[in-house]
Amino acid sequence: MSAVPLGMPGRRVPDGQVGRGPTVGRGRGDAAVHPLPATPPSDPLRWGPSFPEAAHETLADPQLRANLRRATRTIRDKRLAVTGELPDWEALRDAGAAVKADVMERLPELLVELEASVVARGGTVHWARDAAEANAIVVGIAQGHGVREVVKVKSMATQEIGLNEALADAGIEAVETDLAERIVQLAGDMPSHILVPAIHRNRAQIRDIFAAGMDDAPPDLTDDPHDLAMAARAHLRARFLRAEVAVSGANLAIADTGTVAVVESEGNGRMCLTLPRVLVTVMGIEKVLPTFRDLEVFLQLLPRSSTGERMNPYTSMWTGVTPGDGPQEFHLVLLDNGRTRALADDVGRQALHCIRCSACLNVCPVYERAGGHAYGSVYPGPIGAILTPQLLGVGDTGGPSGSHDPTASLPFASTLCGACYDACPVKIDIPSALVHLRERATHPGGAATPTPTTAAMRVAAVALGGGTRFRWAARGVSVAARLTGGRRLRRLPWPGSLWTAARDAPALPPRSFRDLWRRRGGRA
Amino acid sequence: MRARRAARSARSRADEEVGVRIALFTTCLVDAVFPGAAVATVRLLERLGHEVHVPQGQACCGQMHVNTGYAPEAVGIVRNHVRTFAPVLDGEWDAVVAPSGSCVGSVRHQQSVVARRHGDARLAHTAEQVAAHTYELSELLVDVLGVTDVGAWFPRTVTYHPTCHSLRLLRVGDRPTRLLRAVDGLELVDLPDADQCCGFGGTFALKNADTSGAMVADKADAVAASGADVVTAGDWSCLMNIDGALSRAGGRARAVHLAEILASTRERPWRPEQRPAAPTTAAPAGGRA
Repeated sequence: MSAVPLGMPGRRVPDGQVGRGPTVGRGRGDAAVHPLPATPPSDPLRWGPSFPEAAHETLADPQLRANLRRATRTIRDKRLAVTGELPDWEALRDAGAAVKADVMERLPELLVELEASVVARGGTVHWARDAAEANAIVVGIAQGHGVREVVKVKSMATQEIGLNEALADAGIEAVETDLAERIVQLAGDMPSHILVPAIHRNRAQIRDIFAAGMDDAPPDLTDDPHDLAMAARAHLRARFLRAEVAVSGANLAIADTGTVAVVESEGNGRMCLTLPRVLVTVMGIEKVLPTFRDLEVFLQLLPRSSTGERMNPYTSMWTGVTPGDGPQEFHLVLLDNGRTRALADDVGRQALHCIRCSACLNVCPVYERAGGHAYGSVYPGPIGAILTPQLLGVGDTGGPSGSHDPTASLPFASTLCGACYDACPVKIDIPSALVHLRERATHPGGAATPTPTTAAMRVAAVALGGGTRFRWAARGVSVAARLTGGRRLRRLPWPGSLWTAARDAPALPPRSFRDLWRRRGGRA
Repeated sequence: MRARRAARSARSRADEEVGVRIALFTTCLVDAVFPGAAVATVRLLERLGHEVHVPQGQACCGQMHVNTGYAPEAVGIVRNHVRTFAPVLDGEWDAVVAPSGSCVGSVRHQQSVVARRHGDARLAHTAEQVAAHTYELSELLVDVLGVTDVGAWFPRTVTYHPTCHSLRLLRVGDRPTRLLRAVDGLELVDLPDADQCCGFGGTFALKNADTSGAMVADKADAVAASGADVVTAGDWSCLMNIDGALSRAGGRARAVHLAEILASTRERPWRPEQRPAAPTTAAPAGGRA
């Protein structure tokens, strides 16, 4: 679901959501827009260096930080306004968390029930263990219909498995029809936000991306948001009308009826879900809900948490195939791709409760500074920091481990400030899951890896494990105080240099409190 | 249940104007690096007529280890903490207080989880009971001792940073600002984007130094924009980070712990020297009247 309206004449791209950059007019094609990240990822679920290394690069981009600051604040304020107005918001969150916990408890039986319901209504269900299997299923269906082009509804699951690239390898072009997703696709970028994938681009850049990448872009295209939306609308409409196969994700699916739902803002999804003859939906297995009534909870939680709207403009629901109305062939691909691995972790499994609203990204101070690409995954931000490592098996014997491994570094990319937990519509305790995954990362297979951090932590555990030992450790501080003359220090040797890079070290006291207390005979 | 009973008993002692017996959990950072906050906590509570005890067996709550991924290694630290403060369960003291929201958060929300996960159910149980008697300073003052005006005098312009764990883990709410508003001579001004994290995050500041640096630079800018000459909070860990950035930026604002402000009186005013030596700074001892 994207916040950027498309196909709605007269509406403008809201301030902040795709950024508002410099307004200098540029001639067609005179400004090259380089893809972000520069190197195409080998795996959309995890690419690039560790979080600290990637953030070192992204933090150096002042335009990106300004875009993110403005954009996340705008969405944040809208969300607070529409969640604050509901007297039962906390009860709704509790209900959402309870339904999701119930789903995880009986996921196997719900999936079997969903399959039976979809089949009974004329749909076909496919089971995919991993990305390769899911891609092969979708490519096979498209090839079976002899198409060279499919239209797509914005979908995290298909981003996760790299479906567009798999289709391209088979000579089939996948056309993203969500405006922001189309921008990302034309630029050759990876998305940097779950809801607003082009949040890292401003409108001047988008104008250049359209001019260079859309063969039917108007020659006099400006960076006015309305012009940009109209250009995309005309460009996409031609593709909706000729498409024979559409590919979507799913926000949720109902086990007892077989109903699948997509919520969106632009209407592009509705076009894809109704016009083509064949519809293929790729859905993570965790998206199933038990009954139709459960929709009432999630259709309130999702739009208010994601776009900050009371209700999203388009909610499409379909149940199997309806003769003479809409797609006449429906395939549901149920994707595991590491989800059962996450389900096996009793603390971490709550990451599977996620409804992809991205509220946690918008409130995260780390995301706001470092940006989505620093996480090197289609799932950035706090939820990505707990989901991606689990999908890839961090801390499993032989799996990614340590705080410097690109994947294992993700749970460390948080100050544990807790803003994400407060914002999450299904109350995922992201800070606790982060802490738990840090332990998995430092203790792969259950034993601590022999690293300098482990050695330091073991020494510290001794020093901090008793009053007498601590008194001696604190005397070490007093010695350091004498050596430094009780002054603040602007530069320390490594690892203190990591601290003094951004701030001064505190002046150390000549005596610890416990020494003061003893000297004064139990008086302060 | 036992916790609520204990709080009631501490509160009833306070109501009856009988001194409450309070065990101070200094916290390792305050003990070794910022003893001024512990001295201030003792002075404040004694001035209010209560008895303060400092159990010598204490050291650390274990938070740094747990949050860095070393929960198994933290079990011994947790055990030492729980053993040291367990006498509160037998009535040795009425309550335990710490001048740190983050450490109380760890005591309340982490210690029993860590103990249980690493196979010590008995320790987990005792940890829960001790946690139920443990309060962050503003909680102790407002909820247990029932005071908001502690008779302090601090003639400066002050802004309050809520600190994430006090704000979201303990939900101390407006207790600290109620205490601050009652301080004679103190002008409390709003901190822009107050609820945004300062970027400390324990070892996060080292492991993700660039991101942490960007966050604390923004926080220092916000303090400067507030116009305050003192930024305060209930946690020296966050304040150490903010103070270091303020010092680096070269502005006039400095960090002072909430306990130090509340301990300050006309007769015994807070002086920068109490916090051992900040020779590069020029905070006037008399302040602005």
